[in-house]
Amino acid sequence: MAFLIIFNVFPLLYSLGFSFTDFRASSKAAVNFVGLKNYTDILADPVIWRSFSTTLWYVIVSVSGQFVVGFGLALMLNRPIPGKGFLTTLLLLPMMLSPVVVGLFWKLIYDPSWGILNYALGLGKTAWLTDANLALYAVAITDIWMWSPFVMLLSLAGLSAVPKHLYEAASIDRASKFYTFFRITLPLVAPILLIAVIFRTMEAFKTFDIAFVMTGQPQAELISSRLYKMAFAQWQTGPASALAYIVLIMVLCITNIYVKYLNKAKER
Amino acid sequence: MAVVSTRSGRLGNRIAIAIVIVITLIFLSPIYWITTTAFKPLVQATSVPPSIVFEPQITPFVKLFTKRAQLTAPVAPEVYEAAPWWERLVLDGGERLARDGKGNVVFSAYPDRFINSLIIAITSTILAVSLGTVTAYGFSRFRVKGEADLLFFILSTRMLPPIVVAIPMFLMYRAVGLNDTHIGLIILYTAFNVSFAVWLMKGFMDEIPKEYEEAALVDGYTRMQAFFKIVLPEAATGIAATAVFCFITAWNEYAFALILTNRRAQTAPPFIPSQIGTGLQDWTVIAAGTVLFLIPVAIFTFLLRNHLLRGMSFGAIRK
Repeated sequence: MAFLIIFNVFPLLYSLGFSFTDFRASSKAAVNFVGLKNYTDILADPVIWRSFSTTLWYVIVSVSGQFVVGFGLALMLNRPIPGKGFLTTLLLLPMMLSPVVVGLFWKLIYDPSWGILNYALGLGKTAWLTDANLALYAVAITDIWMWSPFVMLLSLAGLSAVPKHLYEAASIDRASKFYTFFRITLPLVAPILLIAVIFRTMEAFKTFDIAFVMTGQPQAELISSRLYKMAFAQWQTGPASALAYIVLIMVLCITNIYVKYLNKAKER
Repeated sequence: MAVVSTRSGRLGNRIAIAIVIVITLIFLSPIYWITTTAFKPLVQATSVPPSIVFEPQITPFVKLFTKRAQLTAPVAPEVYEAAPWWERLVLDGGERLARDGKGNVVFSAYPDRFINSLIIAITSTILAVSLGTVTAYGFSRFRVKGEADLLFFILSTRMLPPIVVAIPMFLMYRAVGLNDTHIGLIILYTAFNVSFAVWLMKGFMDEIPKEYEEAALVDGYTRMQAFFKIVLPEAATGIAATAVFCFITAWNEYAFALILTNRRAQTAPPFIPSQIGTGLQDWTVIAAGTVLFLIPVAIFTFLLRNHLLRGMSFGAIRK
């Protein structure tokens, strides 16, 4: 416990202090207390607002993509399929890989002149990662590739927990497949799906490595990359700490919701 | 679904199998592509149209481990004859190996970074799992005041975006001289993983019946003896699964490694991308580095397949 406090709470208090100053970690100039100026500056900065809206859009695109692909796969896998265990394990591989390395080899796949993707889809010389409009979607596609298996894994667990006798009863009552799905499957799987979605939302919001490695497009700049640039490229330590605090509070809110649902799932 | 005995049900099943197999292949194709790129000759890696058929070779791996320079003049036949097979591969590509004053081959930075990754990931895993197991035992067996809050606090430390924590960490480490050291990263990854280990191990501990230890305590064992002789062996599978998860997290970690290390203690994740953009982009070498880096994780994924669900949901969902 003491260990966790030293390494988690102390740094945060330390940076809370910095967030009210004009401290720059790269210079020895005297540190001045500037009050809430950093916070007001950040909230007035259009670049940061753009990063936030980019991040929001990115979260929506990638999480809904993961949901559709992951849940769809789970529905299809939830049948007596020979070699199901092996197929599932293969499908799960992407989510265990290192995000940076994944970003890196997708860069090779996306390459405009000799990437396999443009060739396979016959897209000519589409510059996925350097086109301002496409870059964000290219990163989102990679994220969907990586994390759909996670949604699939949780959905499969949810689907296999649905009691079989409910389906038997439904088929005796001659309920349509449509009806069975919306009245039996979906309500029973919903809690676990919700956990998957909240968890992915939280993670997508924090995305740094993939986006940072794959593209430098300002239109595709996520809040984490913005933060990294402010803190370690421009060395605006004070303002960066303030921004970090804003992000922190947002993440803690989502985390709180997540843990609440996690505990609910545990009680079942 | 449960009812599959009808004709249409069976047909639906076949269609589902076909779709699943196609999707699996699409999912695996990026991994296949990077793996084959690592065995391609340089010209074929970036050829248009992409070459599917090629003669596999291990030149990229030789290049990955060595420092090279462009050949200015063709090599003399006797030098070529005297060179070992792996050096010939490099000579064939129009480059020569860099050698130090004594004529020994100069290694590239990759093996160093790889070993750094191994040292840091393994040490931090051992520390995190041992701390986590003991803490989880405490939470599982004793009434702790405000247990739910404490557990939430422990978990929230892992949920923080790394970049947010990295700013104060960087300043602190700079102040105490832990920047770019193995110990610095080990401590950090341990702190990061302990929270996860506690959550996961608590789930495993809760499954071990209390009666086992109670019987042992009645027989005159001390708490410590009961823990080491009864609980630990029972929890062995759980410990192994937790350890693998911690290892993969530490192994894959990028943001902290990028910010807190630059040379001596740099791990492979920040190193591999930094190779891009230094001079000529040799994708085969980058692919080779990537493949070597991914192998341990791929192996562990297969070993862990039955525990993945549990690990990914912080032990909340069990099958």
